[in-house]
Amino acid sequence: MADKADTQTSMAPAPAKTILDAKTPDGPIAEKWDKARFEMKLMSPANRRKFRIIVVGSGLAGGSAAATLGELGYNVDCFAYQDSPRRAHSVSAQGGINAAKNYRNDGDSIFRLFYDTVKGGDYRSREANVYRLAQVSNNIIDQCVAQGVPFAREYGGLLDNRSFGGAQVSRTFYARGQTGQQLLLGAYQALARQIHAGRVRMHNRTEMLDLVVVNGVARGIVTRDLRNGKIERWLGDAVVLATGGYSNAFYLSTNAKGCNVTAVWRAHRRGAYFANPCFTQIHPTCIPQSGEHQSKLTLMSESLRNDGRIWVPRQPGDTRAPGDIPENERWYYLEERYPSFGNLVPRDIASRAAKSVVDTGHGVGSRRNGVYLDFAEAIERLGANVIRDRYGNLFDMYENITGENPYEVPMRIYPALHYTMGGLWVDYNLMSTIPGMFAIGEANFSDHGANRLGASALMQGLADGYFVLPYTLSNYLAQAKLEPLTTDHEAFRAVEEEVSGRVERLLKANGERSVDSYHRELGQILWEYCGMERSEDGLKKALELIPTLREEYWQNVRVPGESEELNQSLEKAGRVADFMELAELMCIDALQRKESCGAHFRNEYQTADGEARRDDENYAYVAAWEYAGDGRAPILNKEPLTFEYVALSQRSYK
Amino acid sequence: MKFKLRIWRQPNALRKGQFEEYEVDDVGPDESFLEVLDMLNEQLIANGGDPVAFDHDCREGICGMCGIMINGIAHGPKAATTACQLHMRHFKDGDVIVVEPWRAKAFPVIKDLVVERAALDRIIQAGGYISASTGSAPDANSIPVPKPVADVSMDAAACIGCGACVAACPNSSAMLFTAAKVGHLNVLPQGQAERFDRAVLMVDAMEAEGFGGCTNIGECAAVCPKEIGLDFIALLNREYLHGKLKGAGSRNA
Repeated sequence: MADKADTQTSMAPAPAKTILDAKTPDGPIAEKWDKARFEMKLMSPANRRKFRIIVVGSGLAGGSAAATLGELGYNVDCFAYQDSPRRAHSVSAQGGINAAKNYRNDGDSIFRLFYDTVKGGDYRSREANVYRLAQVSNNIIDQCVAQGVPFAREYGGLLDNRSFGGAQVSRTFYARGQTGQQLLLGAYQALARQIHAGRVRMHNRTEMLDLVVVNGVARGIVTRDLRNGKIERWLGDAVVLATGGYSNAFYLSTNAKGCNVTAVWRAHRRGAYFANPCFTQIHPTCIPQSGEHQSKLTLMSESLRNDGRIWVPRQPGDTRAPGDIPENERWYYLEERYPSFGNLVPRDIASRAAKSVVDTGHGVGSRRNGVYLDFAEAIERLGANVIRDRYGNLFDMYENITGENPYEVPMRIYPALHYTMGGLWVDYNLMSTIPGMFAIGEANFSDHGANRLGASALMQGLADGYFVLPYTLSNYLAQAKLEPLTTDHEAFRAVEEEVSGRVERLLKANGERSVDSYHRELGQILWEYCGMERSEDGLKKALELIPTLREEYWQNVRVPGESEELNQSLEKAGRVADFMELAELMCIDALQRKESCGAHFRNEYQTADGEARRDDENYAYVAAWEYAGDGRAPILNKEPLTFEYVALSQRSYK
Repeated sequence: MKFKLRIWRQPNALRKGQFEEYEVDDVGPDESFLEVLDMLNEQLIANGGDPVAFDHDCREGICGMCGIMINGIAHGPKAATTACQLHMRHFKDGDVIVVEPWRAKAFPVIKDLVVERAALDRIIQAGGYISASTGSAPDANSIPVPKPVADVSMDAAACIGCGACVAACPNSSAMLFTAAKVGHLNVLPQGQAERFDRAVLMVDAMEAEGFGGCTNIGECAAVCPKEIGLDFIALLNREYLHGKLKGAGSRNA
């Protein structure tokens, strides 16, 4: 088991073994997806009903994929740990979804959305995938409107757009501050239709605990029914993981409490490579931590930066109320450092700047752990009513949580973990390194490179689920030579035994500390050493602390109750055990990437004025880690990235 | 702050439940109600007890997973707020707080405060969608939707499916929940083709699941964390009656 991992060996990853082939089609970038689709093997409608596909996760990616596969005529089993597919964490996205519609006639195009996404990702994504994403972005909006998603409209009845996260075109579609919820309900309703039609069997409150690989091909999963603890085997002709990201490794994040890495991590241990685990995004506008018992952090939409001005007292340790600090003693540090983008610099830059002012004693609030986001000037310029129209629900939410009225006193914000760009490595067809296993949405290493732009996560989840996976999966099934199997096969039996053994071990540890207390401690280590700013010394320290903590965890965790009942401590215990293993890989990855790019900032690699210094000569690759067994260093495989259409340049927002 | 929590404990649907009393000390006013339950559970685990099971996920009031009766009110005393967004500054130091699960025939208890709400999903499956298979959509701007119509649709679509309306209703009716989905889709031009079938099929499904009927009491709207109004129930009644007169609701899928 992993708890025996040897700290010495894990710190020195073996040199790169393989150069991965992404199977990107040839030809000009604008024609690649058309060409790929034309070359795919088709599956006749009569044959589709002979196949069964397992989809794990029911968010934007999983829900849209399960619904679409059902519409095509496949049999689908869809799994969610929540009590309904409508609760998947996609529901929490506030801001919006990008598309290259150019409805505003402001110079947008597919190529520009592609270009912005590659550049925003700091040149660590695969050009062909990002181009395809921009191409299908327009179909997504059409599809969602047809489903009845109530996007914001102008008085003429046409769709409204706004600029988001510093984009210089208005390409973001939105539904008040609840865009994620509304898009998810669109996918959920499409899924409900297929459930009713009998094409999709929905399994709520059921958690995937392992993947079953038979003769090198993914053929099923093993799950635990969270209501009664029943461990079950599921056979499929393909497995799709749409289980989201791993921000909760940090304990405090904006992710829902249940978000976890277990499905992805178990697949990794069965042979799927894990790409760029150190690319974790910190969102600059969250409500700062208020107390020791806090269970999660709440995000305030980035759109607030369109009108709010960010500042801190110029004098460190200044404890005066914000209203008592005169204008000339306020430090508008973003506006000063980045005169052309000001408060709208990308997420990574805004986050790091906030950390640096708080670290140097300029923090505000009773815990001195935030910066001000001040609307006074915007309220004076536009009137409180305009601000209420734009951000009313966010202001209410802020007041509800903090007890402070942001119309009168500036908001306090601080960065928090929000999204993970890293994930399972997939080729152009979204297939992992295990044939028959696909990863979509945030669960894959995705199209966002080292940094995701605002309003792009919803776009990617739906692109994968509605418009990419249904093609590539059909193509796979049309050619795969799948042996007839039942869940009585030896491989299923062996995996089930391992799963049950793990559950039993957690229950039997019967130690002194709760799961949450270990999770908090792990989160603190990651936040300190593998958070917004990383260093060689810090990462090496973390690589000593994490295996020790993990070993203690397996000896000393206390999981009350039994397996054969609803046991929320047991659910958490399994998830935290996997976060403990992932955390080590995140640090190993961050240590090997000796450059700063996007969300990954290594303090040894910065320019004279403190900006990230990328190293394209040595690090323009995807780091795809291969599991080599417990106690053995993971193996680094590389997918070199080439940029034919977007010229590599240093990002500058000055 | 210090609180006494009187919490409903029930091992599963087949066994009887009862209230147990617990004390939690050292609570900060900025902590949420669910964080107090977290604290209690840490205490219980440390003392070898069985932690209280409760549903929760996003903890920012949008996923609809959390749902408990707090002092007899669904989601607690603060209007337009889910339990996860209810902060302790709204209680007085030393308060005794009674915590129960949603109680309705259609929501069987799984354990403690956790109930099964799959019946709500089945109401949606009966017709709470627009049949638009992937790939079949025209350009998004080809069908204009007047802004006031889009706004009404969005008001209804804000429903998070938590089930508070059912828990608050003396009849355990899911009328507000059903009305919110019918309101969301039936006012939109895209929703017209299936409009009457939708209303009839969803109401029929609601009744089949064991939810009660609506007698216009209004408790549902009073506790709805998303402030969905009773006017949507009026709309549903109209659509349903109209649909019945047209003989709608007989299609199969």
